[in-house]
Amino acid sequence: MTPVDVDRNDLILKRRRQRSIALALVLVAFVLIVYVLTFVKMGMYHTL
Amino acid sequence: MTQRLRRLAYLDDSPNLSAPERQLSLVAGARVGDYFALLKPRVMSLVVFTAIVGMFLAPGHIHPVIGAISILCIAVGAGASGALNMWYDADIDAVMSRTLNRPIPSGRVERNDALALGLVLSGFSVILLGLAANWLAAGLLAFTIFFYAVIYTVWLKRSTPQNIVIGGAAGAFPPMIGWACVTGGIDISSALLFLIIFLWTPPHFWALALYKQGDYGAARIPMMPNVKGERHTKVEIVVYSVLLVASTLAPLATGLAGWPYGTVAAITGAWFLVLAGQLFRADGIEMKKLGRKLFIYSSSYLFVIFLALVLDHTLRLVGGP
Repeated sequence: MTPVDVDRNDLILKRRRQRSIALALVLVAFVLIVYVLTFVKMGMYHTL
Repeated sequence: MTQRLRRLAYLDDSPNLSAPERQLSLVAGARVGDYFALLKPRVMSLVVFTAIVGMFLAPGHIHPVIGAISILCIAVGAGASGALNMWYDADIDAVMSRTLNRPIPSGRVERNDALALGLVLSGFSVILLGLAANWLAAGLLAFTIFFYAVIYTVWLKRSTPQNIVIGGAAGAFPPMIGWACVTGGIDISSALLFLIIFLWTPPHFWALALYKQGDYGAARIPMMPNVKGERHTKVEIVVYSVLLVASTLAPLATGLAGWPYGTVAAITGAWFLVLAGQLFRADGIEMKKLGRKLFIYSSSYLFVIFLALVLDHTLRLVGGP
């Protein structure tokens, strides 16, 4: 494997890691939104 | 040359890469930012702004958290339709200078990835909006995504010079969705907000088409100047501009806004008509310059009109005129 191939592999792994982190953050955000939404809706219904 | 590239770049949604950067991107695949670029962030920001205005002007109250989630859903829904648009239009995007640097034609994102992203985000945004706000708003969002991705992108865009007239409805729905989030319904005032954006779309995009005719011609998109000619396009721009300015004055008649808004609408509308008139009389290079000028002005114009509606409403809320 040449140094250029090593650099490319590093770059590919780095990009893949970034995409995985971004996807994980989006999923966490989604879960949080659903939790918050549930609490807000519950709060609204309790006051009705 | 640099100036020309800048002129092209200001209309582009994606970052401009140097040759070595692009080479690396092609080797290593998409960055996170490339997926974000698929969502057409500039279009998304206008959608978010008009939806917030619709929400703000609507009578009634919405819980701030529900409101924020609703705006997020509308933004994501708009982004999803942008991704679906880029998935379908990848072939013609590669031909036009304005769009050839987008993630798919530049090879940074796979077409099928854009399709998957668009479909997942569409479902996510519609369901979440239904759960957060109400199902009428969710239904309107679903219809908007369908209208933009299928009716406009797949059907109208490549088949008729009236593409952006009919397709413009997709961009006009967001304030109506914002309004529906608060009230759970549709009424004359929200329809008026829809009408303003609907009538704004033709002169805005035909002004662009007048100075980007070569691009659209190369991509074989039947834009008005390429099919009916420049003269016909300029007449239509004037007609739609008059209708647009008239529609922006209608909120005064329905009571949606008062004289502070009316003053802004009258002044900015008058200047819109002046530019449309100048464009009507111009030919050749001068026409392209004025087309670009009207295109840029019309972008700010819509923003100013909606901002004026917000300020006018705020003045009323605090007991002003």
